[in-house]
Amino acid sequence: MARQATKPGLLFSGSDWDFGKLSRAHEAIQALAIEELHLDTYPVQMEIISSQQMLDAYSSVGMPLMYRHWSFGKHFLYEELLYRKGGRGLAYELVINSNPCIVYLMEENTMALQALVTAHAALGHNHFFKNNHLFRQWTDAGAILSYLDFAKGYITRCEERHGLAAVEAVLDAAHALMEQGVFRYRRPPKLSSERQREGLRERLEYEERSYNDLWRTLPPAQGNKKIDDRDRGMADPKKSLNLPEENLLYFLEKNSVVLEPWQRELVRIVRIIAQYFYPQRQTQVMNEGCATFVHYTLMNMLFDRGQINEGAMLEILRNHSNVIFQPAFDDPRYSGVNPYALGLDMMQDIQRIATAPTAEDRDWFPDIAGHGDWREILLDAWANHRDESFIRQYLSPTLIRKWRFFVLGDAADQPHYQVASIHNERGYRKIRAALAHSYDVGVNRPDIQAVDVDLLGDRHLRLQHKVKDGVVLDEASRDATLRHIRKLWGYEVSLAAVDAQTGATINERSTRQIAE
Amino acid sequence: MPIFIDRRLNPKDKSLSNRQRFLRRAREELKRSIRDQIRSGRIADVDAEHTVPMPERGTAEPSFNDDKASGRRQHILPGNKHFSPGDLIPKPGQGSGAGAPGNKVSEDDFRFVLSREEVLELFFEDLELPDLVKLNLKEILAFKPRRAGFAATGSPTNVNVGRTMRNSHGRRIALRRPKQAELDAILQEIATLESAPAGAATRQRIAGLREELDRLERRRRRIAFVDPVDIRFNRFDARPIPNAKAVMFCLMDVSGSMGEREKDLAKRFFVLLHLFLKRRYERTEIVFIRHTHEAHEVDEDTFFYNTQSGGTIVSTALDEMHRIIEQRYPANEWNIYAAQASDGDNFATDSERCIEFLDRRLMRLCQYFAYVEIIDERETHIFGATENGTSLWRAYSRVELKWPNFQMSRIATPADIYPVFRRLFARQPAPARKSA
Repeated sequence: MARQATKPGLLFSGSDWDFGKLSRAHEAIQALAIEELHLDTYPVQMEIISSQQMLDAYSSVGMPLMYRHWSFGKHFLYEELLYRKGGRGLAYELVINSNPCIVYLMEENTMALQALVTAHAALGHNHFFKNNHLFRQWTDAGAILSYLDFAKGYITRCEERHGLAAVEAVLDAAHALMEQGVFRYRRPPKLSSERQREGLRERLEYEERSYNDLWRTLPPAQGNKKIDDRDRGMADPKKSLNLPEENLLYFLEKNSVVLEPWQRELVRIVRIIAQYFYPQRQTQVMNEGCATFVHYTLMNMLFDRGQINEGAMLEILRNHSNVIFQPAFDDPRYSGVNPYALGLDMMQDIQRIATAPTAEDRDWFPDIAGHGDWREILLDAWANHRDESFIRQYLSPTLIRKWRFFVLGDAADQPHYQVASIHNERGYRKIRAALAHSYDVGVNRPDIQAVDVDLLGDRHLRLQHKVKDGVVLDEASRDATLRHIRKLWGYEVSLAAVDAQTGATINERSTRQIAE
Repeated sequence: MPIFIDRRLNPKDKSLSNRQRFLRRAREELKRSIRDQIRSGRIADVDAEHTVPMPERGTAEPSFNDDKASGRRQHILPGNKHFSPGDLIPKPGQGSGAGAPGNKVSEDDFRFVLSREEVLELFFEDLELPDLVKLNLKEILAFKPRRAGFAATGSPTNVNVGRTMRNSHGRRIALRRPKQAELDAILQEIATLESAPAGAATRQRIAGLREELDRLERRRRRIAFVDPVDIRFNRFDARPIPNAKAVMFCLMDVSGSMGEREKDLAKRFFVLLHLFLKRRYERTEIVFIRHTHEAHEVDEDTFFYNTQSGGTIVSTALDEMHRIIEQRYPANEWNIYAAQASDGDNFATDSERCIEFLDRRLMRLCQYFAYVEIIDERETHIFGATENGTSLWRAYSRVELKWPNFQMSRIATPADIYPVFRRLFARQPAPARKSA
């Protein structure tokens, strides 16, 4: 019936959707995206889910195949309450960086929304995942789903075998270190294939089965020289353990002597999932900006070509403007800079600079002002930047004036905030630098590294926190986290806070001072 | 062409096991808040959903975090209206990063809902109920299917053959479906004609008959013997198993000697009896009678929270209970349960009156009478198994010997409550129900 009512040229009319309409809309939008924006995407797999399932996905960090843990149950309660009280709407979609790219659509969405979401997630996010250098280098879109499947099964088997409490203890400790469980500077090792993992597990099982205590009693035959070697290695742990090490989970997984093989594997699972999410955290503004820019541009094009009617377009625009709503800092609704709004504004600003630059733009962006081909500039930006560098490169004075950005200095020992810069000639560069800085994950997360282990003595593990600008760690959570590290390491662990500039030790906290 | 997968039909409650893990982890704290709610709430409300605050201990997820009240930092905010560089803005309140307001729901005022099963599970935990009893209490009203006419739809096992065939027969007559006998008659005639010597008239007759036969057979094929419209199914209604009405009398001594702890124990005792009755009877009412030296029927709040001073004369409460039964709860319509809680103090002469009163009047009317004496934990070893005790205890001991539906026990901790009910629950398989 709906099809009879559809005017020729229209992709759909009315608010009900069916698979035929979804498919037609996707095809039209994809064709347009490739032709007009030159997007390059993974194949798409669309899954229709209910709001309950969306809440499920929310509580397990957006992954469909997450293993089970009590903390996800806790998050589910939060999300459910917020949703039921109307405090927060659910996302219309959820997209997973995998190949094929999985897009979840809510069944409650109207057809207009499904079209919007298709453009946003199936094309915008999808293009970003496939082309951005961070995702290309640091995550394995092809392997993540099978890895999660393996992780879930493995953890279930561990629970059956070693008990829930034992598995939970390791996972709790590993979760506490998720922030410190990523390689920031070197590329993480590739996920091993299913077969390799299978082989590894078989070998471990064989070793467990055929373990014979007698072997331990054999005298170390002609091994004196070897032991010497090992001793030398122990005397210089920095060399043998590759210290300092920023990835604490990796360090514990490889070097803790108290962990059983299965516990090591659990730590590894948590570490790999943390690593998988690391690029997402660095590209919030760009990722959402890219998706929002794509859906806004494509939907307008479809409307101009008469493929969407006015009613649907109005609904799309209303939802679009909700998404990019940015209240001012003194508004009670303010909760930080909205990445959708900032991303979209910056990308539209690039479009403007490329096609209709002002004298100021020519001054600030000589290489792209009046370039004409904004598509090429955007594709390049999407592929090669993360939030920090993108803002440092492309935030224009026009936008700073539009947003009326200002920088507030906040020293803990002062009773006042001080306005440092505002949107004027002297402030532009400072604001741009400060905003870019605030998106630098390396800067705004505490920098904690393993620096030394007393291998010959009591295996005391020393961690170091580089204190920048006098920002120390919150004591309660620091102590609780140290307790978790001690569980994984098995011996004393201490954390020294060291001033990054002067190198002076500010304080040192050891697990010995913390009651169990 | 993208791949579409419809996940809506996937099993629901994917996060259920995560929820159970979470509840198990926070068990102690949840138990405490449920206990608090039971202490302050109404008896009948225990058997429902409860909202509880988010437990904090044991469910924290620590990680290394910056201390918001240290060091120097910069906030970049949109929407400047009148600030110039160098302006000083006083920090609001205890300046803990308030410059960058990140309004998250604080964990303190976060409450979530526990289902009825979860609440009961927590409530039962230190009552040490046997599993079978727990199962009984958590069970929801039983239904029994009852015939309720016929329906045009249903499952094949419920086909009513008689009805179906009757409909089919009526339809066959109405549509004039050729009977087998008619066909047989024609076939017979053809056979006799064919065996006779052939003539032009006979051949024509045979051809006519064959045509007729063909027509009838086609008609038979078109009009089915049993058509889907004929089929009728037996219809069943789920009817709750009829249960009689029950009234529960809560008697409590509220004289000065009953403190907070005693009342709390008494309340849990009453809650358990109520839960039990609610399972067995469609309708349960609760009557609260409190007494000092005189007894009154009161509402639940007054019962638990208003203190009253005075001596202790237990028989007044029994009198009052009897009066109410006479007035409102005729014993042939109501199952009468009574639960009495006291610390055992009574005027010596009054105890004799109580026995007599119970013996002659009340025990005849009651299905069950439970008496709990709430004692100090330190007294347990003194009174442990001995028969001596307060005057009321000694008096009631004699009633217990005589009446099988009288139960008495001393309780000092929640775990002591269940044994009082043991006989009541043991009778569960064949509930003694009065014919209404």
